[in-house]
Amino acid sequence: MSNKDFPLIFELSQESRTGFSLPEFDVPEVDVDEMIGDSYVRKSEPDLPEVSELQIMRHYTALSKRNHGVDSGFYPLGSCTMKYNPKMNEDVARLTGFSHIHPYQPSESVQGALHLMYDLQESLAAITGMNTVTLQPAAGAHGEWTGLMMIRAFHEANGDYNRTKVIVPDSAHGTNPASATVAGFEAVTVKSDERGLVDLEDLKRVVDEQTAALMLTNPNTLGLFEEDIEEMAAIVHEAGGKLYYDGANLNAILGYARPGDMGFDVVHLNLHKTFTGPHGGGGPGSGPVGVTAEFAAYLPKPILTKQDGVYVFDYNRPQSIGRVKPYYGNFGINVRAYTYIRTMGPEGLKKVSEYAVINANYMMRRLQEEFDLPFDRHCKHEFILSGRRQKKLGVRTLDMAKRLLDFGYHPPTIYFPINVEEALMVEPTETESKETLDDFIDRMIQIANEAKDDPQMVQDAPHTTIVSRMDETQAARKPVLRYQKEE
Amino acid sequence: MEFRYLPMTERDKSEMLKRIGVEHSDDLFSDIPENVRFKGDLDIQEPKNEYQLMRELTELASRNVNLKSHTSFLGAGVYDHYIPSIVDHVISRSEFYTAYTPYQPEISQGELQAIFEFQTMICELTGMDVANSSMYDGGTALAEAVNLSAGQTKKKKVLVSKAIHPESLAVIHSYVKGPGVEVVEIEHQDGKTDLEQLERELDENTASVVVQYPNFFGQIEPLDEIRSLVDTQKKAMMITSSNPLALGYITPPGEFGADIVVGDAQVFGIPAQYGGPHCGYFATTKKLMRKVPGRLVGQTVDEEGRRGFVLTLQAREQHIRRDKATSNICSNQALNALASSVAMSSLGKQGLKKVAWMNIQKASYMKEQLKLNGFDIAYNGAFFNEIVVDLKRNVSEVNRELLTRGIIGGYDLGQVDEQLEGFMLVAVTEIRSKKEIDTFVKEMGDLHE
Repeated sequence: MSNKDFPLIFELSQESRTGFSLPEFDVPEVDVDEMIGDSYVRKSEPDLPEVSELQIMRHYTALSKRNHGVDSGFYPLGSCTMKYNPKMNEDVARLTGFSHIHPYQPSESVQGALHLMYDLQESLAAITGMNTVTLQPAAGAHGEWTGLMMIRAFHEANGDYNRTKVIVPDSAHGTNPASATVAGFEAVTVKSDERGLVDLEDLKRVVDEQTAALMLTNPNTLGLFEEDIEEMAAIVHEAGGKLYYDGANLNAILGYARPGDMGFDVVHLNLHKTFTGPHGGGGPGSGPVGVTAEFAAYLPKPILTKQDGVYVFDYNRPQSIGRVKPYYGNFGINVRAYTYIRTMGPEGLKKVSEYAVINANYMMRRLQEEFDLPFDRHCKHEFILSGRRQKKLGVRTLDMAKRLLDFGYHPPTIYFPINVEEALMVEPTETESKETLDDFIDRMIQIANEAKDDPQMVQDAPHTTIVSRMDETQAARKPVLRYQKEE
Repeated sequence: MEFRYLPMTERDKSEMLKRIGVEHSDDLFSDIPENVRFKGDLDIQEPKNEYQLMRELTELASRNVNLKSHTSFLGAGVYDHYIPSIVDHVISRSEFYTAYTPYQPEISQGELQAIFEFQTMICELTGMDVANSSMYDGGTALAEAVNLSAGQTKKKKVLVSKAIHPESLAVIHSYVKGPGVEVVEIEHQDGKTDLEQLERELDENTASVVVQYPNFFGQIEPLDEIRSLVDTQKKAMMITSSNPLALGYITPPGEFGADIVVGDAQVFGIPAQYGGPHCGYFATTKKLMRKVPGRLVGQTVDEEGRRGFVLTLQAREQHIRRDKATSNICSNQALNALASSVAMSSLGKQGLKKVAWMNIQKASYMKEQLKLNGFDIAYNGAFFNEIVVDLKRNVSEVNRELLTRGIIGGYDLGQVDEQLEGFMLVAVTEIRSKKEIDTFVKEMGDLHE
C-alpha cells in the first residue's frame, strides 16, 4: 500500500485488538481437541482483521462515502429500475417477528409470515394475470431458469422430448440465453426489425417443432412495446411452443397490461426492480415465478396453500420440478415488496407506470436533437440513444458516461442492448422529480456540446471522482482477487 | 390518495406531455393492442397510509413465534448466533443498500473494496486461493459447484453424500437436469458418509465427490480419507460444503486439498429471516479461477497509480458470454456479504476461534447432559455444534409441546429420512446459556416420561 491508497480493513489490524463482545462461557470446559482429533484441529488461524468497533464503523462509513446509491443521486441505469427504496420497507423487514424466524419452525408458529407470503403470491398473480405464483427463486435469472425447467417438464410430460430450442431476441438480456443453456436448451436468436421489435418473418423462420419456448421481455430492452405480441403468441403456440415473460421491464405496464392477458405461459418478476426491494450493491434480489393453470403442477415444491384458514406447505407434488432453493425464497425481500404493494394499491401502481413512461418519453424528446435516436416512437419506461454522432468526433459512449460522473450522476446503461451501436439506455423511473430530469438533460446536452467543442474534456473524464479510470486490462491479465499480507 | 414516492405534480405532467407532443398519458400506451390492454383495477388491496400499514404489519409479525421470544435449539443449516449491533448500522448505510452492482468503479470503490475484503476473508477461512463475491445461498452454490465439476472434467457422474443438507441435495437434483449429470447418492453410516460405498461408486466417470463438512448431522467428515479415495481417479474433484464458522476451529477443507468449497455465511451477521436472503459463498483453486460463477472483484490501479478495484474476469459471465457463460447467475448477495464481512471483522482472528470453540463446548455440554438424563445420542463421532438425539417418539409432537414451554425444539430428521423417524437434530450455539440447556434437557426429560 502506498500512502495515497485508501486502506483495506486488514491494514488496520493490530494483534489482540477486538471488536466483539462474546456471550458468557458458563459450561464446564472439556477437552474438545481430543474429541475432534489432532489433524482436524485447525493449526493456523484465518487471518481476519483485529480491529475495534469504532475502527470498523469508520472504515465502512468511509467506504460508503466512496459509493453511489439511489439515495446519493440520480441513477438512470437502464433495465435496472433504480427507483427509490422506501425506508418503511426496511423497518418492516427488520421487525423481530419477520427477521428472526427460523424456516423449520412448525408452520402453526409462523402463520403471520405465511399469511404475508400467501397474500403476496395472490397480489403478484393479480398484477401479472397468472394463475399461481411461487416465491422460491432467489433472483431474476434464477426465476428464468426455474421457468424454463417447468417448460421442459411440461413438454416431457407430454412425451415431447424434441423441443430442445429456446428462442431469444437479439436485444435480450444476457441472462436469457445463459438461462436457456443452463436449463439444457439450445438458445436460438431471433432478429429485431427496423422498428426495434421482434421481426415476425424471422420469428416464423426460427419457430419449428423443436421450439420449447420464446423468451420475451415486453416492453423489450429497447423500451418498446412488442405490439405484435398477439401474433407472436399465436406463432409460438401454434407450433406447440410456450411463451416465457421476462419481468425485468414490468415497471412500464403495471395496471396497463398483464403478461397473462398477452398470452404468456410462464412469467418471472424481479421484486428488487419493480417492487422496490433494494439492489444492495448487487443483491439479494427475489425472482418469483407465475404460471398459467396448466403449469401449476410443475411449480417448485413445496407450494404454500391455505386449508380451512390455516397456511401450510404442500410437499406432495409428484410432477414438481423439485426444489430450486433451500427454504422458501428470499423472504426478507418479499416482505419489502409486499409492504410496497400495500402502500401503493391498484391506483398507485398504475400511476407508477404512467409516470415512469411519461418521464422516459419526456427525456427522450428533450435529448433527441443532440443524440441519435435509433427508434423514433413512443417508448415505455426506458429509451435508447446512440452515441454514433459523438463517436465520429472521437468521443465514445464510455467517455460520456464517465463525464456524467462529474455531475454526480450514475450514467445510464451503456453498450447494451448489443444490437445498437454505442448504446445509452436511460431509465429514469417514476420516483424522480422533473427538476432532476431537467438537470440531467441539461448536463447531457452540455456533454454533447463538449464533444464538439472540447472533446478532451469528455475523453479525460471523470475529473472529480476519488479515483480516475481503472486499468481493467491489468486486473484481468494479472488477477489479484484477495489481499495478501506483505511479508 | 397521496403517494409519497411519486413526485410528479399535475403541472409537471401537463408540461411534460406537452413537450412530448401528446394530449394524454394514455396516448403513450396506444401501442398496447386493444385486446391485451388491461381494463379496470388490479385486484389487490387498496393502498394504506404509512401509520396504519405499519401497525397492521407489526401485528402480523407479532403473530410469529420467533428466536427472540423463545429459546431455540433449531439449526439444520440456519443458525441463531449473536449479531453485533454494528452489522445492521453498516448495512443500513444507504450508499450500500441502494446501489446497483458496481459497474462504474469510479463511484463504486466502496462496494468493490468491501467485496474484495469479503473474498479475502472467505479465502482465509476456507484455505482456498479464490473466492467470489457471493452466491444466492449455500444450497445453490453447491449445485453450481457440482455442474462446474462436470463441465470441467467432462464427466457426467457425481457422488453426493446423503449426509449433506437434504434441501441442498434436492437443489442439486434440480440443477443437474440441465447439463444432464447423474447424481449417485452415497448413504451415511453412523452419521457420516459411507466410505465403502463411496469407494465402490468412484470410477473413471466420476466428476466429483460432494460432502458436507461438518455434515448435516453435525459430524466432522474424514476429509483426509475422502481425499485419498478421490485421488484414485485422476480428474475427480472433491467438493465440500462448509459452515464457515466451524472453520474457525476445525482444519479448513483447503488443507485437505478440496477443489471447491462452498457454504453459507448466514452464521456471520445475517438473521434467519425465515430462510432468506442468506449469503452463499464459493471458493476454489487458482486453476478453476476462470470457471467461477458470479462476480469477481480484482485489484488494479487507476491512471494516477492509486490502488483501486474493479469487476474482473467478466468473460465468464452471462452479460458478455450469453449462451456460452459458465452460469446464468446475475445478482448475488452483496449486501449480506457486507453484513458477514462486518461480523467477521468484529470477531477478528481470535474471536472467530473462540466463538467456534464455544459452539463445540456448549454442544458438548448438551450432549453430556442428555446422556446423563437417559437419552440416546445417535452418533458419537467428532462434531461441531449439532448432535442427533434418538427420542424414540414423534419429534414434531415433542416440538409442539416444547413450543408451549417457550422452547423451539430441534429439527425433525424423520421428515427427510424414514429411518431417522424419532431422531432430533439439536443445535447449540454460543448464545445458549447453561441454564437454557439445562431447562431444555429437563423439559425433554419431562416429556419423555
